[in-house]
Amino acid sequence: MADAMIEADGLFKSYGATRALAGVSFAVPAGSVLGLLGPNGAGKTTAVRILTTLALPDAGQARVAGIDVVAHPAAVRRQIGVAAQDATLDGLLTGRQNLVLIGELSGMASGQARARAAELLELFELADAADRVVKGYSGGMRRRLDLAASLLTRPPVLFLDEPTTGLDPVGRQRVWEVVRELIGTGVTVLLTTQYLDEADTLADRIVVVNHGQVIADGTPRELKERSRSAHVEVTLAQPGPEAAAVIAPLVGGHVSVSADGLRLGAAVDSAPGLATALVRALDQAGMLADNIEVRQPSLDDVFFALTGAHIPGDHNGSGPKEMSARQAGPGEGAAEQAREGAQA
Amino acid sequence: MTTAVAGIRQITPGLAGRARNVVSMTRRNLVHISREPMQLSDVTIQPVLFTVLFIYLFGGAIPIPGGGSYTDFILAGLLALNLTTSTMGTAVGMATDLHEGIIDRFRVLPMWRPAVLVGRSLADLLTACLCALVVAVTGLAVGWSTSAGLPSIIAGFALVLFFAYSLSWVAACVGLNSKSPESAASFGFIVLFPLAFVSNAMVPTQHMPGWLQAIADWNPVSAVTAGARELWHNPNPSASITAWPMQHPIEASLAWSVLILAAAAPLASWYFRRRTTE
Repeated sequence: MADAMIEADGLFKSYGATRALAGVSFAVPAGSVLGLLGPNGAGKTTAVRILTTLALPDAGQARVAGIDVVAHPAAVRRQIGVAAQDATLDGLLTGRQNLVLIGELSGMASGQARARAAELLELFELADAADRVVKGYSGGMRRRLDLAASLLTRPPVLFLDEPTTGLDPVGRQRVWEVVRELIGTGVTVLLTTQYLDEADTLADRIVVVNHGQVIADGTPRELKERSRSAHVEVTLAQPGPEAAAVIAPLVGGHVSVSADGLRLGAAVDSAPGLATALVRALDQAGMLADNIEVRQPSLDDVFFALTGAHIPGDHNGSGPKEMSARQAGPGEGAAEQAREGAQA
Repeated sequence: MTTAVAGIRQITPGLAGRARNVVSMTRRNLVHISREPMQLSDVTIQPVLFTVLFIYLFGGAIPIPGGGSYTDFILAGLLALNLTTSTMGTAVGMATDLHEGIIDRFRVLPMWRPAVLVGRSLADLLTACLCALVVAVTGLAVGWSTSAGLPSIIAGFALVLFFAYSLSWVAACVGLNSKSPESAASFGFIVLFPLAFVSNAMVPTQHMPGWLQAIADWNPVSAVTAGARELWHNPNPSASITAWPMQHPIEASLAWSVLILAAAAPLASWYFRRRTTE
């Protein structure tokens, strides 16, 4: 890919007997966001460490902004901003001192570093805490300061390694807002996450990794379609015992009926025009439908379809999703629904 | 691609850029010290304590071959003892830096990496200067006197400080090879205290068994201490010892310091590279 800002090409990396990466390849086009999704220990962080010059690959190549990370690490470091999984900050310095130090070490003049630090502290709502020692910061504040640190020099390529792991829903929302603002400024972002909804919300494309290998690559929508596990739910105006038989040929499978006979559910392939076909069939059978909802599969469904296993501890993945939907503003909530449900 | 990153001047910092990196790192380490002033106890409280202990507890019991006051004799020794043992701080600081996430931040910045080491050594040199000041003031308070001129007095301090600086690079090597800050601290007790005590710093070596005296006379701490005594015109019983370093303590002391620095500094930067490669 000629315009790729981040390229991983057959990366292998072992730590002792543990194989972290077993031939990982992906590319991130300039100005886009790639979500590197996988469970704990899948190799996400190792891939980021190689791309950010912190680790050397055993085999394979990696380029950032067209520069080979092994041959020219110093040149790569000029192009990147990194927010690591463990916030890499100096606990004994204040937030402001951290940013100024990092700016100066990056080659900025002191005055310039100072001005940029003040600007970012304001942007990340850390201005009040700016002159407090970082040791006393909350997890969310550290994350935001680390993000600010990654943006000091306005680098064209950003690596965000699990930027919201360990944050409460409010903290997650704040980080998401910041990342969304960055997107569209031309920055190329590689984001790793265990949170399915996070990749879905922020990334243009998703690469799913498991056991050090890429097991899927596509847009969030493509991945969901590939998993062939959409779900349809029909709500009838009145109970209709024969409704299940009417829709069964269309969904091609078992139809479950709720106790009151009002709600029917079935797993379906995401077929185009399914909702219309269902309405038509029910209409011909003389039944009134109040609501037909085709729910797209969650990324856990995708992961299950790809690996035959659920993401370990998926309560991590789906829990915050529910919370984030609650926390979301009205506009965002509507977007969420539009993405997840098709109303008849 | 070369103009995309705002404010960064060149790929690898030039000489001026490296100097600025070193200044930034030194300042950072000094801020650390200001946050945890107890870190300074080994260069502030310890010198006072040792001075009082040695002069009032042992002062009367230790005769100086060739005569002279024990207070005048001990002061150079106290300076050498305190500065030698305070290099433990470099080992602990280095190990702590490697232990914290901040080191990964430094590693992804387009900075001159040895600034991490040089900045640490310079911050520790500044605390060593504070230590020297405390020793001097305490000494004057308990009756230390010198007939040397000011330049000679300053040269005496500089001689010991230079040795401490070169030794701090050995400490950095130890810190870079320690699994934890705690294990780096044990370096102080296992290496630095014997190094400081098996010397002419606290007692004249004439009273030691022959084999121990041979070690003590060739111990760099003895050369440094004897050199300072000579520059301060204080009693220097080692002058009657025929071992070459005791006959030429200033030259020997400078030679030791240069040798140690020339060996330890490249070694430290090699260890640093090795420790930060994965």
